[in-house]
Amino acid sequence: MSHAAAIAIPQRQPMPGMGVYNLKLGMWVFLLSEVMFFTGLIGAYIILRFAHPGDYARPGEVLNVPLTALNTFILICSSVTMVKAFAAAELGDQRGLRLWLLATVALGAFFLSIQAIEYYKLASEGFVPMASLYNVHGPDGALLGQPLYGMTFYTLTGFHGMHVTIGVLCMSFTTYKAFRGAYTQAGHGGVEIMGLYWHFVDLVWIILFTIVYLI
Amino acid sequence: MSTMAIPQAAAAVHLHDDRPFIRRYIFSTDHKIIGIQFLFMSLLFLLVGGLLAMMMRWQLAWPADAQHPLPGGSLLPETMVAQGIMLPEFYNSLMTMHGTILVFFAIMPLLVGVFANYLIPLQCGAPDMAFPRLNMLSFWTAVPAGVLMVAGFFVQGGHAAAGWTAYAPLSAVPEYSGVSTGQVLWTVSLIILGFSSLMGAVNYISTVINMRAPGMTWFRLPLPVWALFITSVLILLAMPVLAGALILLLFDQVLGTSFYLPQANGEPLLWQHLFWFFGHPEVYILILPAFGFVSEILANGARKPIFGYHAMVLAIVAIAFLGWIVWGHHMFQSGMNPMLGNTFMFSTMVIAVPTAIKVFNWLGTLWRGSIQFQVPMLNAIAFVAMFVIGGLSGVFLASTPVDIFYHDTYFVVAHIHYVLFGGSLFGIFAAITYWFPKMFGRMMSERLGKIHFFLTFLFFNLAFFPMHNLGNAGMMRRIYDYRQYAHLADLQPLNEFISLSAFALGVTQLLFAFNFLWSLFRGKKAEQNPWRANSLEWSAPSPPPHGNFAVTPIVYRGPYEYSSPESAEDYLPQDQPPAEQPVPAPDLVPASS
Ligand code: HEM
Ligand SMILES: [Cu+2]
Repeated sequence: MSHAAAIAIPQRQPMPGMGVYNLKLGMWVFLLSEVMFFTGLIGAYIILRFAHPGDYARPGEVLNVPLTALNTFILICSSVTMVKAFAAAELGDQRGLRLWLLATVALGAFFLSIQAIEYYKLASEGFVPMASLYNVHGPDGALLGQPLYGMTFYTLTGFHGMHVTIGVLCMSFTTYKAFRGAYTQAGHGGVEIMGLYWHFVDLVWIILFTIVYLI
Repeated sequence: MSTMAIPQAAAAVHLHDDRPFIRRYIFSTDHKIIGIQFLFMSLLFLLVGGLLAMMMRWQLAWPADAQHPLPGGSLLPETMVAQGIMLPEFYNSLMTMHGTILVFFAIMPLLVGVFANYLIPLQCGAPDMAFPRLNMLSFWTAVPAGVLMVAGFFVQGGHAAAGWTAYAPLSAVPEYSGVSTGQVLWTVSLIILGFSSLMGAVNYISTVINMRAPGMTWFRLPLPVWALFITSVLILLAMPVLAGALILLLFDQVLGTSFYLPQANGEPLLWQHLFWFFGHPEVYILILPAFGFVSEILANGARKPIFGYHAMVLAIVAIAFLGWIVWGHHMFQSGMNPMLGNTFMFSTMVIAVPTAIKVFNWLGTLWRGSIQFQVPMLNAIAFVAMFVIGGLSGVFLASTPVDIFYHDTYFVVAHIHYVLFGGSLFGIFAAITYWFPKMFGRMMSERLGKIHFFLTFLFFNLAFFPMHNLGNAGMMRRIYDYRQYAHLADLQPLNEFISLSAFALGVTQLLFAFNFLWSLFRGKKAEQNPWRANSLEWSAPSPPPHGNFAVTPIVYRGPYEYSSPESAEDYLPQDQPPAEQPVPAPDLVPASS
């Protein structure tokens, strides 16, 4: 017979923990705080818009909804490519992992470029965030929106754009590491938490698109 | 899938720590060093914030009185003090900075930065935090925030002067308060501090969830860990809202937007909603950890199990939850729909229930205990008494009809200080004196500690209790010279009395500083477990080495088994194996065949 232990340690003590590795848990916790950040901003938007409906133009009067709808589609596609990247990592498919990550970075950058073009066009039509330069006019000179509109619009979409920018930068780093072979079938937590962040940012955009562009 | 971090990383204990000085004490990733860094930083800010209070009290004792020039006033620039008399703008800066520094840079880091860092891994039986490097970053983000905050005193245009709540539009455009650069620095500093707290919170939450030692179930956690865990959840969810509100304020200040400016359709009340949606949970961030420390110390000092452990945990959770739905009680007088006012009134009063549960459980713990009046215990008992007074005045303020009268008077100031000084700070004194031996391997002087305690208790009450009377008499808070109102001029003698008590209170704190520094170098060497306590930190050496435990501890029971019949001693450490094994391990039975 084997003598397993010389000292009797009753090992029947329950093992604590979530069964999730630290990094993933940390990312979930962090995203909770991000939820609150956007809740605060969206709450502010809703309060201001309800208090002063006259300051806001109707959907499509100032904003280019079809262009942004296309942009939304692009961001959703980037979530799909992210899922494919993670699936490739699960299977140990290095080539797939690298290509899908590259595609995600590209789609993210594409989204940002379209947003930049949108900002540029809006600003050149006089739609700016500053209170001192307010009053958006339509082609016939009619007043379409007032200061609150620009401020809240740029703040909300701008903070989302900032999150996408950070995401693209981090994702580029992840991609670089993937090309260096940093992720294996057994260990690819970095890809997973990157994906969590990315999906979160997409989700926020869908909510923002609905509130800011459609309602 | 990636490997799971099962929390048994039997720590590599470096008895001979050969990391260079900088890695060890400055840019350390060791949670204990980071806790101690926070300790020194926040004690420094406690001193600064206290000093500002002394100057305010001088002004209130002898408002704009040439007979009583501000001591040292001649050292300050003409923009602050002219001919020994403090200028109104400077008074506004003082009261703003006093509140801001003490709330955000003293009490909050003392409770959370110091003790969440120091205690969570030790009491959970973990070698370190879940993310040690993030932890280091969190401290080194808090430092520049503090520097920016203080730097405001030296910039052109004067310091922030819109009160610690920075109500817009006062805080948003220079025309109103006459300051701009300082107010912008104030905003930026708090945004940065928010990042620091957030990193901390992510770390503490992940550590409690994932890094507990085997056997450390949720309901075997010591109450400080529970309290700090729930507090971290509050920080995690409240800080981002403040950050968002502050960013909008910053835009108003520097970019020309008008989120909070009525002249361009902005909403000043929006700031109040966002601020207090953060602000009320924040006041629980400032008290829940102290609840935890005091529970631990009362049980230890009474040599009895804590009364109603589960109720204590549930009460913390309930208070934290209710804290989210009561923020409007700060805005009763700001022009709110009366129906909304009633909702906030009732929800606020409901908080009294879990709070009372905690108070009665503390009393139940003391009941028939063999109480030992050591310094931590004295401070913990004072905490309970003072917190009850502060909580009661809170119920006054929470009822809308009464608050019409009391809002923005010194009654509110009395309330704040009974909960924040009488509450949080006594809790902090209790905690520092209790864990000092573990942190530094030396005991603090009992005699000095007792003198400090009794004088603090006395002068605290002499200084702050009469403020209730000032409030009754109608003296408003944040006022530079109340003597310009005929009905307040008579309050000067009472104000003078309060100020003298406050000066005595301030001087008494030097005793604590002296005791702290002296004991650091000269204190009696501490044993491993000087308070004969049960929780895991006392089974590590004092101070614990890098990595904390030589072997990962195994936990068999809850932390409050004092005077247990199971043990000959009157305490039973959590990691001491049960005396007899319920089932004999079959391997140890000699094989007969
Ligand atoms: C748990 C510890 C508590 C802390 C640290 C705390 C802290 C504070 C602070 C700092 C303020 C002043 C805010 C300002 O500057 O305007 C305040 C006001 C107030 N507190 Fe508390 N508080 C606590 C408990 C309570 C409780 C238990 C209640 C009610 C049951 C309460 C009700 C109020 C109300 C209604 C006000 C607003 C008073 C006014 O402005 O008219 N507080 N508290
Ligand atoms: Cu409150």
